[in-house]
Amino acid sequence: MNPPLLVFFVLAAMAVIGAINLILQRHPIHSALSLIVVMVALAGLYLLMGAEFVAAVQIIVYGGAIMVLFVFVIMLLNAGVEEHTNASKLAALAGVPLAVVLMGVLAATVAGSADRVQVLTPGSVAPTKALANLLFQDFVYPFELTSFLILVAILGAIVLAQREKA
Amino acid sequence: MIDFLAQHADILITLVKIALLLFIVLTVNAYLTWFERKVVAHMQSRWGPHRVGPHGLLQPLADGAKFLLKEDPTPAGVDKFTYYLAPLMALALALTSIAIIPFGPDPLRIFGRDVYLGIVDLNIGLLALFAITALSVYGVALAGWSSNSKYPLLGGLRSSAQMVSYELALTMSVVGVLLSAGSFSLRDIIGAQASPKLGVLGWNIFPQILGFLCFFVAAVAETNRVPFDLPEAESELVAGFHTEYASFKFAMFFIAEYTSMITVSCLCSIMFFGGWLSPFPASWTFTHFLPSAILIPFGLWVIWDGIRYETIFGRIILPGLGTVITALGALLIVFPAVNEFIQGPFWLLSKIFVFLFVYVWMRGTLPRFRYDQLMSFGWKLLLPVSLANAVITASVILVRGGGH
Amino acid sequence: MVPTHYYLILSAILFGLGVVAFVFKRNIITIFMSIELMLNAVNLAFVAFSQALNKLDGQVFVLFVIVVAAAEAAVGLGIIILIARNRQSLNVERVDLLKL
Repeated sequence: MNPPLLVFFVLAAMAVIGAINLILQRHPIHSALSLIVVMVALAGLYLLMGAEFVAAVQIIVYGGAIMVLFVFVIMLLNAGVEEHTNASKLAALAGVPLAVVLMGVLAATVAGSADRVQVLTPGSVAPTKALANLLFQDFVYPFELTSFLILVAILGAIVLAQREKA
Repeated sequence: MIDFLAQHADILITLVKIALLLFIVLTVNAYLTWFERKVVAHMQSRWGPHRVGPHGLLQPLADGAKFLLKEDPTPAGVDKFTYYLAPLMALALALTSIAIIPFGPDPLRIFGRDVYLGIVDLNIGLLALFAITALSVYGVALAGWSSNSKYPLLGGLRSSAQMVSYELALTMSVVGVLLSAGSFSLRDIIGAQASPKLGVLGWNIFPQILGFLCFFVAAVAETNRVPFDLPEAESELVAGFHTEYASFKFAMFFIAEYTSMITVSCLCSIMFFGGWLSPFPASWTFTHFLPSAILIPFGLWVIWDGIRYETIFGRIILPGLGTVITALGALLIVFPAVNEFIQGPFWLLSKIFVFLFVYVWMRGTLPRFRYDQLMSFGWKLLLPVSLANAVITASVILVRGGGH
Repeated sequence: MVPTHYYLILSAILFGLGVVAFVFKRNIITIFMSIELMLNAVNLAFVAFSQALNKLDGQVFVLFVIVVAAAEAAVGLGIIILIARNRQSLNVERVDLLKL
């Protein structure tokens, strides 16, 4: 049990507990807080893998902007606890084992091919410069497209959330 | 036992550094409140705290005791978990950001190991600081919402909208610094400003003056200080997002705000003013006696002021304090090795002190922005200017043929 | 060193939990958050492979996924605000005007 493995298990446990908490909480703000915990745990895992820039971007963009947007909307819409549902309890009872089966199948497929995907060289530190080179040389076209996409999204969000002209 | 300590010495040294730094930062916070009250008071032609201890120096202790002993009511109908989480989050994030700041260039030799001043030097140091700033919006937003009351909700929403808006200008304004340093690490940024040929002109403030102004203004808005403190000003929304918070939880928000002030001052000194670099040329070795030249006269003045102080307590404490300060100054002259080691931290701490004074000065002088003025300033002026700064810096570097 | 398939199993578990949250929850905003959870699980798989194959393309794609998720969150939350305004409720079971 070397230190990286220990850190992995701690962060993985944090992520899974956060995800389970997202399902079990009844108030959306608590689910949002659990999701933030999951994202921070994932950022820690990215750091463990040596992807430092992606970890920082994950916290800044996902944890610091997208989730803030979610929290704002929950506050503005005054979302309350989830109401009692008329849906069938039996369906829920049958659904949970099926969900576990889904996860098990995915995990088993991955674990089964474990010997085929191996680390070619030990994962080294990914310099931000190499990432930037790749982003602006090989992937420059998708990069410019995403800037266009963000512009469209901003316009869409403004138009959608406008008050109707009385 | 000894070999357990020897094997895990790195972790132990880091833990000791963390404890020491935490203690120092919290003490500096406490005396920063004293400093602010004194300076603002003198700017307004009044005394400020001067009853509790000589020159009011024990006022922070009295405030601390008040915060600990006051009644801590929890309003009805609050969302308990979020209500308790918000100040904890704000405080934890603010204190974490101090861990990334380097305080000196040279390491200490302790038990045969090189111990650097500063807890860790991340490759992505600056980016990690921005990540922590991004997360600190939650402390404010959740505090406002969970208080189950109108004024905190409005104050919290306004304050977090303000913080999110100025975050963009904050990150864009340091792009120029990053381009010229070529690295996110704070030590490398200081190293890039150390030019033996240009000396003080190599500091980032000269080519990046626009970036510095944008960064400073955006950082003041991020920390919710005057002139951007509408969401928490007393005459406006009662007390903004921390209205419903009483003694100790309010103290946590308070400490978080002052700690982020300290962090911003550290960042300004490191990124734009050369960090631990001396403004004098390296050949002027007599400037190495500047710390002693400041400490010894100051210590003698404190002794002189204390000898005829009003209270007996002051007449004992102040000369004692003055003697300690004078002894420190004399020590630096006697031990040149210590003097050399202390040069870097001395310059960094003086620059941080100057920026903290500027923060307090702005509080005593400037009026507040109205909220719509604040938002239009952030989006329509600050963000385009910082973007323009980034583009200009990048073009200049490209034309010069530099770049990595 | 942590073997790559540990990360992939964690990614599969998180994805499965995202699907469970998507199906079982009734608040629109929580359903939207489960989509973000699924995207995060996929990001983890991308970065794990990027580390295993020692190429940075995986991390570049993660950056694109994060950007697209941001754009989608903005527009999606705009739609959610409209739904809340029109149906006066955030319960998906009430958004059933097209149901027979």
